[in-house]
Amino acid sequence: MKFRKLVLATAGAVVCLGTFAAAEAAKADEQFFPMLVYRTGAYAPSGIPVANGFRDYYTLLNKRDGGINGVTVTFEECETQYKTNLGVECYEKLKGNGPTGASLFNPYSTGITYQLIPKASVDKIPILSMGYGRTSAADGRVFEWVFNPPATYWSQASAVIKYFSRRVGGYDKLAGKKIVHLHHNSAYGKEANPTLEVLAERYGFKLTLVPVDHPGQEQASQWRQIRRIKPDFIFMSGWGVMNQVAIKEAGNIRYPMDQFVGNWWSGSDADVVPAGDGAKGYLSTTFHGAGSDFGVHADIIKHIYGGDAAAAKENKVGEVLYNRGVVNAMFATEAVRTAQAKFGNKSLTGEQVRWGLENLNITQETLDKLGFKGMVSPLKITCEDHETMGPVIIQKWDGAKWSYASEWLTPMRDIVRPLVEADAAAYAKENNITPRNCN
Amino acid sequence: MFYREAGQFKTTYQDDQAVFPVLQDKVAVILLILAAYAVPFVADEYWLQAIFIQFLVFALMAIGLNILMGYAGQVSLGTGAFAAVGAYACYKLTTNIEGMNIIVAILLSGGCAAAVGVVFGLPSLRIKGFYLAVATLAAQFFILWLFNKVGWFYNNNPSGTITAPPRELFGVLITGPSASPEARYIVCLTFLIVFAWFAKNLVRGRIGRNWMAIRDMDIAAEIIGIRPLQTKLMAFAISSFYCGVAGALMIFCWLGSAETEAFDLANVSFRVLFMIIIGGLGSIGGSIMGAAFIILVPIFLTNFPPMVGLDISTALQKHLEEIIFGVMIVFFLIVEPEGFARLWQILREKLRKWPFPY
Repeated sequence: MKFRKLVLATAGAVVCLGTFAAAEAAKADEQFFPMLVYRTGAYAPSGIPVANGFRDYYTLLNKRDGGINGVTVTFEECETQYKTNLGVECYEKLKGNGPTGASLFNPYSTGITYQLIPKASVDKIPILSMGYGRTSAADGRVFEWVFNPPATYWSQASAVIKYFSRRVGGYDKLAGKKIVHLHHNSAYGKEANPTLEVLAERYGFKLTLVPVDHPGQEQASQWRQIRRIKPDFIFMSGWGVMNQVAIKEAGNIRYPMDQFVGNWWSGSDADVVPAGDGAKGYLSTTFHGAGSDFGVHADIIKHIYGGDAAAAKENKVGEVLYNRGVVNAMFATEAVRTAQAKFGNKSLTGEQVRWGLENLNITQETLDKLGFKGMVSPLKITCEDHETMGPVIIQKWDGAKWSYASEWLTPMRDIVRPLVEADAAAYAKENNITPRNCN
Repeated sequence: MFYREAGQFKTTYQDDQAVFPVLQDKVAVILLILAAYAVPFVADEYWLQAIFIQFLVFALMAIGLNILMGYAGQVSLGTGAFAAVGAYACYKLTTNIEGMNIIVAILLSGGCAAAVGVVFGLPSLRIKGFYLAVATLAAQFFILWLFNKVGWFYNNNPSGTITAPPRELFGVLITGPSASPEARYIVCLTFLIVFAWFAKNLVRGRIGRNWMAIRDMDIAAEIIGIRPLQTKLMAFAISSFYCGVAGALMIFCWLGSAETEAFDLANVSFRVLFMIIIGGLGSIGGSIMGAAFIILVPIFLTNFPPMVGLDISTALQKHLEEIIFGVMIVFFLIVEPEGFARLWQILREKLRKWPFPY
């Protein structure tokens, strides 16, 4: 080996790095959004549409409105591959970017959210984990820096049981019914279990918890078990490749698709399209509309894709997870807008954006104005309630597109909220946190 | 920097048996350690928290695996599992025993990992090589499954995640979210230095020689009076102890909280295996160099294109990183199959004859 060359090359690289690091100049009046994405790895089919949704909405704000009230939106992607250690690295890398640091983090992984919750409260950067993450973060008295609107896994599970009860004709008919919870064997997948157990006790249905190990390509034994149980309903908390495998396996054992309900991370186009006709009739929950017929999509196609609907489609515009990215980005920017009303139209710090999140009030009027009419329900976050327990709806895949298959279902607040408060209190005790007073 | 060791004559056995027999080496290592302790004064939080602490934790784990694989010749794929035992044990110890010193808890959790390591090391008497690797693979799957399945291990919280509670040492927070990255770094660095020093001495002594004898030819070793069972189990115990301590540090000083997925085959076991292969089997220094390579190079490759102003998409960047990193490993293993430790050795030999190497 030529050592002189090696030494020279290393020295050269070091010098280059120094120069480029120094060249980074300061910027002004920009609102920086870090983006933890996963465009590669086992979860890429789910990660790409979400990331595109974020990117397009932020770009749209700059192109259409010139930013948020004149403050340019900047963003930077960091690849996590849905892995927690890479997520932590990305967080540390991006948290100080922009003139005032990161506005808020959307970790887009329950595992990463768990990692970031303690760190973010110390760094004073809010976390917006929309419909995922730690459920008990809904208790804003303990989790001051974490927001998980519009509904959590526990609220969702209660809404799904409500839906099942309507299907069988009332809560009393649930007794003796067999329900399987097929879940990803991780922090994320296990979240709904305690609530389902409480509900099983209350309504007398027989609950079986069936875990699937990461990443979920191998489910043969789980489906053998399901075939033996012959459940009346299957509720699935899956993610990534696990979903399409499950849907295919369900088709293989001729399980009736209309008794198979995925949660909102198990109901995207990437989950059903690979299963082909077998997925027809598959149900899943959601808290926003699918498709590209909403006002915001018209703007995106016009301003970003120059009216080219085919190119937009290629970039997943209108897919379930694309829309979720857009909705999430909208929540984030509205929080910044809310905070701007108090602190002025300039670059805001994480602390100020947190105030915006806590006072976020998205009315029907705002939704109509922003082009989200009929796509999202209004939402009002309070100091105490960081979740809002927004309504959930069941959507159905007809082989080509998703359509609503139920009315909006409100979660069972009387059951879920005490569980949330108990878990938050336990967390506060374990970590020496004194819950703040919200009155 | 360029020095020759000729002329440093040893007149006592003690001098001859020193860890670093050459004065300049000793000075260099001391300077390196001092520099490592000075890093918090210059590095920012990203470097400390995301990169250096990760490197220290993995270096410790690599030393652990190198003891088992490089010195004792027992192939193991259970590194992640033993690290998980350490992490979960430390979590249980700190949350369930009031007022326990965090360092004691970390060392005790290393002890738990050692006990588990001995159990899974038992088959090593009968099976060898790849067959043993498969047996330790069973440890990897079984232990993670157990920690995922039994709620007691994670205090029955709904998500199955363990979180490091805040703990102090000499009045300074070293774990938990409010602990400064500097304090965590210092703790991990101290652990690495002490454990590396201990390992270095261990492998030079009787135990290390026994391990190497077993590794090189177990029947011959047995004939000259080395008891294979004890020797192999000792290697499993000490190796798992290192991995367990590293696992506890991983949760308490680096990640802050984790689920079993953080210890899986690809994230930990294989990664550490690659570290010691790249770094050099049977070398303590090599373990550290290998860890540096596997941790730092991908981070450098991801951050490099934006630094030079190349605007490429995130996905392409990640794919490029994987391609280049893979090519580098293949190239390096062709050029120097015995790893960085051997490269370092060659470099020194060349310097010894400098300026006229042959």
